[in-house]
Amino acid sequence: MRNPKSNLEQYTVVGQSIPKIDATEKVTGSAQFLIDIELPNMLYGKILRSGYPHARIARINTEKAKRVPGVVAIITAKDTPLIKFGFMKDQLPLKHGKVKSVRDEVAAVAAVDEETAAKALELIEVEYEELPPVFDPYQAMKPDAPIIHEEMKSNTVNLPFNFKHGDVERAFKECYRVVENTFKVNFVTTAALGTMGCIARFDERGDLTVWTNTQAPFEYQKDLGEANGIRGSRIRVIQPKIGGSFGRGMDVYPIDIITVLLAKKTGRPVKIVFNREEEFSASPTRQPCIFRIKTGAKRDGTLLARDAELYMDNGPYVSWGAFDARVMMATVCGLYKVPNVRFNAHVVYTNNPYSGTVRGAGNPQSTFAVESQMDMLADELGIDRLEFRLKNANEPGYITPQGMKITSCKLGECLNAAASRIGWKGRHKAGRNRGIGFASYFHVGGGARVFRSDGCGAIVKIDDFGKVTLITGATEIGTGSDTAMCQIVAEELQIPVENVQIVNDDSSIRPWDVGTHASRTTFIGGNAALLAARKAKQKLLEIAAKVLEEDVTNLEVKNGIVSSKIDSKKTMPYDTIVRRGHFKLSGEIIIAEAFYDPPNEMQDENYRGNISVTYGFGTQAALVEVDRDTGKVSVLRFVSVHDAGSVINPMLAESVVQGGVAMGVGLALTEQLIVEQGRVMNASFADYKLLTSLEAPPIEVQFVESSDDAGPFGAKGVGEAGVIPTAAAIANAIYDAVKVRVTEIPMTPEKILTALEHRQ
Amino acid sequence: MKKPLTLQVNGQVHELLVEPSETLNSVLRKRLRLSGTKKGCDTGGCGSCTVLLDGKAVYSCMTYALAIDGGKVTTIEGLAKEGVLDPIQQAFVRNGALQCGFCTPGFVMATKALLDAIPEPTEEEVREALVGNLCRCTGYVKIFEAVREAGRELARGRKRNA
Repeated sequence: MRNPKSNLEQYTVVGQSIPKIDATEKVTGSAQFLIDIELPNMLYGKILRSGYPHARIARINTEKAKRVPGVVAIITAKDTPLIKFGFMKDQLPLKHGKVKSVRDEVAAVAAVDEETAAKALELIEVEYEELPPVFDPYQAMKPDAPIIHEEMKSNTVNLPFNFKHGDVERAFKECYRVVENTFKVNFVTTAALGTMGCIARFDERGDLTVWTNTQAPFEYQKDLGEANGIRGSRIRVIQPKIGGSFGRGMDVYPIDIITVLLAKKTGRPVKIVFNREEEFSASPTRQPCIFRIKTGAKRDGTLLARDAELYMDNGPYVSWGAFDARVMMATVCGLYKVPNVRFNAHVVYTNNPYSGTVRGAGNPQSTFAVESQMDMLADELGIDRLEFRLKNANEPGYITPQGMKITSCKLGECLNAAASRIGWKGRHKAGRNRGIGFASYFHVGGGARVFRSDGCGAIVKIDDFGKVTLITGATEIGTGSDTAMCQIVAEELQIPVENVQIVNDDSSIRPWDVGTHASRTTFIGGNAALLAARKAKQKLLEIAAKVLEEDVTNLEVKNGIVSSKIDSKKTMPYDTIVRRGHFKLSGEIIIAEAFYDPPNEMQDENYRGNISVTYGFGTQAALVEVDRDTGKVSVLRFVSVHDAGSVINPMLAESVVQGGVAMGVGLALTEQLIVEQGRVMNASFADYKLLTSLEAPPIEVQFVESSDDAGPFGAKGVGEAGVIPTAAAIANAIYDAVKVRVTEIPMTPEKILTALEHRQ
Repeated sequence: MKKPLTLQVNGQVHELLVEPSETLNSVLRKRLRLSGTKKGCDTGGCGSCTVLLDGKAVYSCMTYALAIDGGKVTTIEGLAKEGVLDPIQQAFVRNGALQCGFCTPGFVMATKALLDAIPEPTEEEVREALVGNLCRCTGYVKIFEAVREAGRELARGRKRNA
């Protein structure tokens, strides 16, 4: 799709910082989230979890629990069709035979209220025979380790994410300096304010309606159907407002299937919503990773080789999170120009909580390793850290070793802008115990073909009141994509954005979309909406041409009116045109559909291929202060500069970046799920250190002037960008401040103090 | 054993029979069907359930309903007057101070309590007043901007009326 190459000054709606279209309902409390939905005759479900990391289920007795007044149904695996689900079809919704993690589902109750369901859970008796567990991916890979899935004969998941390009061994020999380190990223969680939940209801025809927080409603429809032995055609998926998701909604989880099983068993609507403790201990985490990584460069600072070995703690079941290894591969091979690269990943089953995909899909983890080493290598070479990056920065026309074709790319500008804003050049020292750190990112910006389709469908309808409705497959998870898509439609149809409404909460109405992931929604959903709006406009013009007796090529649209460019008397508002279309023989309506699937390539079995039609780049700069006595790191300033193409809504894009940065600061400094013997020990907001208003740093966001040929009005994806390089930028700033290199996040005061002591 | 409870919520008096274990959050959400007040953790950890009790911000999930018999409660539903948004709500909308919106009612109510007490707070005062409210989407920056702008807006309004 071609768009005028320019900034957005020529437009009236696109490029404007207008409030989110759902802002008013969100500030008045009328927005309906999943927890707010109540159906007549509804029951409330609760799930019993194993409490053991690895054990055989010897016996389950539900008799006492069944006698609790108000309990309507209790189910265990034997009440279910025992259909395995998940990416590797490696788990049951209610576990049978064996439990493989503390969070494993063993039984579920439906009762008249949550309190009754909770009381019944306590009365379910389960006897376990404990088995030896394994919590460490290295240990799990050893031949004598306890096998978690006996039928698989190994704890290494059969997903070989391996890539090699050039002659890595020889290249390292040619390097003037090589750095080699191990980096570690621990368990963190999405911590969305709205917890996971599901409501399921079977109607009189036996058809199922589910209310869910999924990000991928059509994949959900398919997977939930398969997991329950129900045809997808008999399932309707409704998404209420989603109270944050951050990747959590990419998979179908046991909670979804169990809710359906209970609804089936009782014949009544059933609702299960995680409480906060369950959300911390049973919702998917970010993939914990260990990177052994090596990077080398020539004397003049040209990068020659990078080699990474990745160990991912997968927990006992495979979700989309395992595929984050592919994103990490792209960063290791593609962030800065490196001609010789190797990447090997080991996705390992353990008895820890099972991990999913979280915002950035692995990229924050790999960028932490890659960008920490960029600083270390620059120092080894005696080259300025900014100059070293500029010398190796990706640029338009560059093709990564995996075959990712860089089109629009202003990484160099981002680097310079971040440096100038934070005050890098000409500086002597940021101040006593203060330091500046940089890190850049490389991420898909035009969707990502990880499914066979990367498409999104859209329908645009213009009604006889001049109201325009966009019906789209694309899902909003809070970021503002709905607003951006409405702006795109409003711009194309030359109407105020208030005249556009969006419908995208019901699978029975919306056209198909692959789901909200990979920062793709504004780009792909926006392109689909633009195509549909263009078609609708054409129909409008064709009807107007007949009514106004004017050649269609002489007509133009402005302010909701079609008028002739050559005869000023020939003019008519949209609503009249639509009505004229209705009230005539062989009448017409104005409704247009489009499907946009970008020319993204499915990578081959060797992980080669241009996975996205365009890529996003950016650089962050952090100014920190380290307290040498306590080890506490304060982020004094944070600059985030992005090449996100043309920005459809600067205010909302800025907010999304700021939120990403805050999540990144948490990842860098404070957030960690403490997992001991497979159990989450800090399952509350009191103990899991999310950034509060006191610690939130000032975050300055800048978008460099850019436009991408493939994007709607030149836009590229930016949803995940903010979180990606943050931990690396802070690690580098800490080093600049106090000359200690912390290679494990979160960089807690204890770790900083230990590192400071070692240095002395 | 249920006990009688009289509560004034958003100007309307309700007479209810509630269990001693019921929280204000539960009464608002389940009995009065005022679902604008959220439940994010039920342990006083996130602030999504913040309401005003006799003008002060409280966690409704940590407040036993019977303990506040006769109290005056304002929830997010009670802020807009005759369809006109409160200046705080307007400032949140205008400044893009929300994304998913789950924490927003709590933030708006905490802001209301703050601005009633300190009409034009500094950023430090805003940060301190909102420390009990968590937001995972915005990074707080635009929330601070919205709160301070609402403060200035309200101050202007008072000057006009003075």
